[in-house]
Amino acid sequence: MSTVNPPVVFTQDELGWVSWIDPLPEAELTERHYAGLVDRARAKSDYFRLLVRDPEVLEARTKTDKDIFYNVADGLPRAERELAAAATSRYNGCIYCASVHARFASTYSRRREDVQRLLDEGVGADLGERWNAVVKASVALAATPIAFGPDNIAELRRAGLDDAEIVDVINGASFFNWANRLMLSLGEPSK
Amino acid sequence: MMPTEDIIDTLAGIEPGSALDVIRARRLQARENAQKSYRSLFEPIDASDFSLAERAAVAAFVTGLHGESPVAAFYREKLAANAEAARLAEAIDAEIARGRTSGPYGAFPAGPLSIENKAGLIYRVSAERKAALGPRLVAALEHAHLLVFRPRDAASADMKALLAAGWSTTGIVTFSQLVAFLSFQLRVVSGLRALAAASA
Repeated sequence: MSTVNPPVVFTQDELGWVSWIDPLPEAELTERHYAGLVDRARAKSDYFRLLVRDPEVLEARTKTDKDIFYNVADGLPRAERELAAAATSRYNGCIYCASVHARFASTYSRRREDVQRLLDEGVGADLGERWNAVVKASVALAATPIAFGPDNIAELRRAGLDDAEIVDVINGASFFNWANRLMLSLGEPSK
Repeated sequence: MMPTEDIIDTLAGIEPGSALDVIRARRLQARENAQKSYRSLFEPIDASDFSLAERAAVAAFVTGLHGESPVAAFYREKLAANAEAARLAEAIDAEIARGRTSGPYGAFPAGPLSIENKAGLIYRVSAERKAALGPRLVAALEHAHLLVFRPRDAASADMKALLAAGWSTTGIVTFSQLVAFLSFQLRVVSGLRALAAASA
């Protein structure tokens, strides 16, 4: 499409996303589709109107996502869940997902420059013991075959994470192996 | 398998009342909806755009590409149990063996990131198995391999290839969700098993 201006670097700027296949037209959405969207406002997004072609899967995916990232009753601080999402996206190569979750990581951690170094230098950037452990665990989980193991757990524990927090790292990083594959393969980012 | 059994807990070997069971209960909505995702993908209301046989074949292929694991064994059994797709089990196993490699790899958009480009296998189904698998599954396995190992290589042409092989737009969405969901499920199970082992 002539209107697409794809970014060529990782960025914390807000990006658009353009679908390669047809989302459902807003006029065709039924109550079954709105249930799948969870938030009615998502009817304005091409991405969600594409995924809502399978409303049951979208609804379950969205509720999984929200609990993993937004349920901060206990467990890992939000900033580090977002760091896991951003690191996974940086490693898999999803510029769109990385932009969104790098911004969230910056907002919640107030460490915008460190987050930018993850984007600029990649997953090998030295971000201090605790963040390094989270990034390394996310990378090990994203690898195929999966490379996550006892060394990652020992490192996360040394950095001060308890088992509930480690489960949040596992959930957050694993979820972005779901999200990255949809964002990367059904359309592309645009500046 | 009983429908009430949580598939991730089963595959990760999490016993009721164990420490990890208690931790997972604190993310109840995520746990229940990972389960609903699984059921929506493998026991859908409507399978007209992506048949149950195709779902079983793609799932066995995707999980097998990640190496041997309880998850891969579970989906191999699921394929063997599908009356229509069981005949494909041997072909899927052979294609898994041909497709196994290490990821993620692939190219970034041309520019400063190009120095991070990493070459790797561009998997295509072997000519001798194309007839048995049929054009829809041939296209699906090739795209699934891309999604597993080199998702950053995906391009609009890949969507056109699926459409040309007979996939509907809705079918492509569900198929992409299935591969992406399995990428999640495999990692949660693997992560939880590692954590359980490190706490034993």
